Amino acid sequence: MNRETPLLARYAEGLFWMARYLERVENLARLLDVTQTFESPGRETESWMAMIRINADEEGFAKTGLAVTADNVKRFYLTDRTNPTGIPASLEAARTNARTLRPLISTEMWMQMNVFHRDMLAIQEDELQGDKLSRLCSRIKEGVQAHTGITEGTFFRDQGWDFYQLGRLIERADQTTRLLDIRYHLLVPGGAEERLAAELTQWGGVLRAAAGYHAFRRVAPAGFTPADVVSFLLHDNSFPRSVALCVEMMEEHLGKLRSRYGLRGTVSALERVEELRAGLRGRPVEKIIAGGLHNFLDGVQRDLIILAAEIGTAFFRDWRPLAEGQMQSQSQA
Amino acid sequence: MPIHSTETPSDPFAAYHPGPYFCELTRTRAEDGGAAARVRSRIQAIGLDALRARAAAAENDLINLGITFTIYSDSTAIDRILPFDCIPRILTAPEWRQIEAGVKQRVAALNLFLHDIYHGRKITKDGVVPADLVYGNANYRPEMEGFPVRFGTYVHICGTDIVRDENGAFLVLEDNARTPSGVSYVVENRHLMSRAFPDILAGMKLHPVDDYGRRLLTAMCDIAPEGVDDPQVVLLSPGIYNSAYFEHVFLAREMGVPLVEGADLVVERDRVFMRTTSGHKAVHTIYRRIGDDFLDPTVFRPDSMLGVPGLIGAWRKGNVTLANAVGTGVADDKAIYAYMPRIIKYYLGEDAILPNVQTNICREGEGLDYTLANLEKLVVKPVGESGGYGITIGPRATKAEIEAARASLIADPSNWISQPVINLSVAPTLTEAGIQPRHLDLRPFAVTGRDTWVLPGGLSRVAMKEGSLVVNSSQGGGSKDTWVLMDEQDGGAAQ
Repeated sequence: MNRETPLLARYAEGLFWMARYLERVENLARLLDVTQTFESPGRETESWMAMIRINADEEGFAKTGLAVTADNVKRFYLTDRTNPTGIPASLEAARTNARTLRPLISTEMWMQMNVFHRDMLAIQEDELQGDKLSRLCSRIKEGVQAHTGITEGTFFRDQGWDFYQLGRLIERADQTTRLLDIRYHLLVPGGAEERLAAELTQWGGVLRAAAGYHAFRRVAPAGFTPADVVSFLLHDNSFPRSVALCVEMMEEHLGKLRSRYGLRGTVSALERVEELRAGLRGRPVEKIIAGGLHNFLDGVQRDLIILAAEIGTAFFRDWRPLAEGQMQSQSQA
Repeated sequence: MPIHSTETPSDPFAAYHPGPYFCELTRTRAEDGGAAARVRSRIQAIGLDALRARAAAAENDLINLGITFTIYSDSTAIDRILPFDCIPRILTAPEWRQIEAGVKQRVAALNLFLHDIYHGRKITKDGVVPADLVYGNANYRPEMEGFPVRFGTYVHICGTDIVRDENGAFLVLEDNARTPSGVSYVVENRHLMSRAFPDILAGMKLHPVDDYGRRLLTAMCDIAPEGVDDPQVVLLSPGIYNSAYFEHVFLAREMGVPLVEGADLVVERDRVFMRTTSGHKAVHTIYRRIGDDFLDPTVFRPDSMLGVPGLIGAWRKGNVTLANAVGTGVADDKAIYAYMPRIIKYYLGEDAILPNVQTNICREGEGLDYTLANLEKLVVKPVGESGGYGITIGPRATKAEIEAARASLIADPSNWISQPVINLSVAPTLTEAGIQPRHLDLRPFAVTGRDTWVLPGGLSRVAMKEGSLVVNSSQGGGSKDTWVLMDEQDGGAAQ
């Protein structure tokens, strides 16, 4: 009964990407929500343009031929099924992966995924408007959180679980850097005092989007500054969406794949994680900001892409020739 | 409420009239121990409206659970559920004993036949079956000649399509000896029944149906190449775009084995491996759910992307077992079907426990004469390919169609068989017009490794359209939970 069962490379890859796509869906909902709260009268376009920029979707959006307006950007991410970085396509990809994983995942996971998927494909135009958008974003977040909870409670803990978590953590770390980056794209006009107050309001919005507002207040010094917020989202050891904690947990799962399941091929991925950690730990936040937060975040995002590629090469690539379509669409990070 | 009350105004059975057909529920069968009457009274107690609401909720469950098959048209793929009818179909213990024995007998004969035609060819030499029907058949595989299979089992999984005539006699309509599907619905229908209609099921002494996966895995391990201690079994599926993908998932899960696609397998030095996160792991038995033609592009269809290059080589070396074996399609062909009673007699010295539908073989003078004289009453079928092509249903055909069939028959008699029209039995089925009789068939599933086990019951497929005899899921057919009652002989009274 305790025989360690092998895991098909294709299943490992499916788990990794299913988790990634779902994490992406949750974070897109978070970003959309915070973008709406950043909308200031007369400057709506700017904040929605920022949404496109932090997702590196300038090119994809341009292809729609539409003007950057609140409505068009919301549709691009919430109802446009042809946008590969939007919520419908991400959820579709998650479900397709789940479908190939049905022999492995629990019936409850599959059932929730089906119902959630159907719900999301039925989003109506009017749900994108005004106060309804925030409610829609909550529903999306809750859909993914329900998935996460069901998975935690029902998914078998063999090596598949570690691949699933790796996908989730890499995506989550990536998304936290994007959330942090949103501030870079939104300059606040006005004098120094006014700017600081307005900036802190915006950082409060970022923290809320990351569900970290209250946790931050618990650990933040009195008279905190924007640098403290950045430090919290990058470095905190206890906040589940902080980049540092995500990286630490990636290391744990990679370590378990090596020690418990005897998987060779974790070496270069572990080295990459070590570099990521050193890059985060080694530099105080003031230095990071002085050197340009945006560039730093870009660097973290690049490292995460390389890490994902290394996991792919070590564990997934074997199962079919690289040239095939599904691989490529999944490889875009 | 009295059990046989049909007078209540709300009685959902009030307008139920099975007509000349054998009804699977309302025809009195003493040996059912009153089960049918109890089901009927329980449904009456629920009432039509509640029954409809609960049936709709149950079907919604199936959608949420993704218990679906996929229909492809032009560019779209639609996930459909197999419509589930909540009124069960009941088989009594004696009825089941006949079916079970008949299926086992048939499977034994099919395997003996396959062994013979791929080895000594005695049956054709003895003139029992015409040689050209066998060796000229498109599904005959010369690759199998002289090739040994463990326990002489070629048909590891067999689905036997059985109908019931107006007298209640069971008749075999078809053998499915390649990759029969539908067993997942047998098990899922029972699960659904117990979730959605526990009050109809309560206290019924039924043979369980959830042992299929364990039995199947045991058989798959039994047939693994000799000398392998702890065989690795896999289920080979064409993948998520196959209409029966749900069933492949179901079977892999029930057996607890990996569901693989062609690209997951690799052949090295005539051994089959699956690609895992920790490298290549040996595979010993493959329950394949893809057709012979697609198994190995280096041997069969070179354009097939579904199979595994080198698989047939590994199999011929005896390093891996395929279930079902290659080349079983010759045995479940329409042309061979007509000879099954004689095949059973030839190998087993027994009469068929489950008779064929009476079949006139037109290549034989007697069959041709009878067919030509009775065209208006008979169904005339070409023996070649399946798919319903070229069938003439006498009672529904025009004069011109009859004459066209006559001309074809005379031109090439050996291409044809004829059968009487069978008045398929009916069962009460929930429809928009209330509970109505609908025609149905039965496909029991037999698993054979060392020996044969038959899953109690089978898939009851129901033609949901009034008067229709077409039960196929692709044509809107549905299914019912199929009960096999236990009696004293099974260690349970039918109480």
